[in-house]
Amino acid sequence: MADTPLARLTGAVVRYPGRAALGPIDLAVATSEIVALVGASGAGKSTALRMLAGLETPAQGSITRPETTNSTGFVFQSATLMPWADARTNVALPLELSGVPAAEARRRADEALTAVGLGDRTTARPRQLSGGMAMRVSLARALSIQPDLLLLDEPFAALDSITRRGLIEDLHRLWSARPFAAVFVTHDVEEAAYLASRVVVLSAADGRAVADLPMPGPLPRPADWRRDPAFREAVEDVAQALAAAMPEAA
Amino acid sequence: MNRVLSALPGLILTALLLAIWEVACRALAVPVYFLPPPSAVAIALVENGPVLAASALQTFWMAFQALMVATVLGGGLAIAVSLSRPAEQAVAPLAVALQVTPVVAIAPLVLIWAGLDHADRAVIALAAAVAFFPIFSGVLTGLKSADPDLERLFDLHGATRLQRLTRLRLPSALPFALEGIRVAAGLSVVGAVVAEFVSGSGATQGLAWRLLEAGNRLRTAELLAALVCLSVLGLLLNAATTAIQRRVIASRA
Repeated sequence: MADTPLARLTGAVVRYPGRAALGPIDLAVATSEIVALVGASGAGKSTALRMLAGLETPAQGSITRPETTNSTGFVFQSATLMPWADARTNVALPLELSGVPAAEARRRADEALTAVGLGDRTTARPRQLSGGMAMRVSLARALSIQPDLLLLDEPFAALDSITRRGLIEDLHRLWSARPFAAVFVTHDVEEAAYLASRVVVLSAADGRAVADLPMPGPLPRPADWRRDPAFREAVEDVAQALAAAMPEAA
Repeated sequence: MNRVLSALPGLILTALLLAIWEVACRALAVPVYFLPPPSAVAIALVENGPVLAASALQTFWMAFQALMVATVLGGGLAIAVSLSRPAEQAVAPLAVALQVTPVVAIAPLVLIWAGLDHADRAVIALAAAVAFFPIFSGVLTGLKSADPDLERLFDLHGATRLQRLTRLRLPSALPFALEGIRVAAGLSVVGAVVAEFVSGSGATQGLAWRLLEAGNRLRTAELLAALVCLSVLGLLLNAATTAIQRRVIASRA
């Protein structure tokens, strides 16, 4: 299964005007694995994610992406919903853009909303939803197309810790119902160790992957996993790898 | 109740100013051709009611047609230009040139083109020229105001240009377009009045013509009565466009 990765960055170098180049970044994502990307801000976590989505092209190197079109879902830092449209229309958008007939798209949108526990809020406008609910709609939108690869760019950072934990449990539940590969960008060490089967640490200097740590324990996490010594140890390993990847001054 | 209360200070100040004006005119015995008291203006307003109402309707109709023309042309051009960067770079300087050219300056030319028999067409064209820019720039700004992450989402799912326009950019542009139209509505009345002044014939029979005519005959009370009609017309237009704006914004929330 891991022999042919679902998505892969090989020696990807990105240049922005007036800044040091990022990379070369090497990152492979296998089918149905959840990878957390951690690193200092500016380490190129979001850039790596956008390259995997095909939204950004590297100056050098190559990208392998899922073969079928529309098999990548993206969850942004904020919910990024269309404020003029209700939850159902927002969730149906990726389906409709990829040519699914409107009635079918709406039916599947309702299913996706039900899966994130918002089956009764299909006609709510984004402004009528709490931050956590809006993020669930955003998650439902990304999963409505039943993607093989889900990319999440610090999606829960703006939420309070209880809501955030709830959303991670939701993500694990959805994943076990229908597994997908996920790359989750975060700067929270504990969140990374809890949600992922593998944590990749990017160097603050140039965005190279400097550590690649498999996380112990099954997904979804058993109850009280956060108290488990194996989990605490994994958190510590990630924290030390991240500290080593930080610039000297820090 | 709140709206009545919030309008109260303005009404009190207006009443106070009118009272001072009335008393001052009588006390200082100001000649009526120079500055008639508000009571004389009120009488002129009532006596010339039907003529003023007809003229106000004419001015409103010309300004309204101009606003429609400006909305179609300004909005349409903004959409066309938003689809291509070179097109925007080509059109933007021309649009700015149109904006900074005083409409009075092109009025004689437009009158020649429209022909003196069709002075109303010239007035509509000139008022539309004044109203064009706020709509064009409002719509263009609005079309570019869409959330960049939503733009990325449309990229990710392979949206066509038309899908991106109708499902993302036009809805994002709507509040900007409405604000442009609100500003343009006021400007279209200004444009209509200025254009009517320049055309200088009675052919258009709008409020500006009433102003000119009353002024030429030193009937200052009638002049001020026409001015009051013009203010009321502007206020009504502003209230109407603001109400539309509020309703549309509220329906989207």
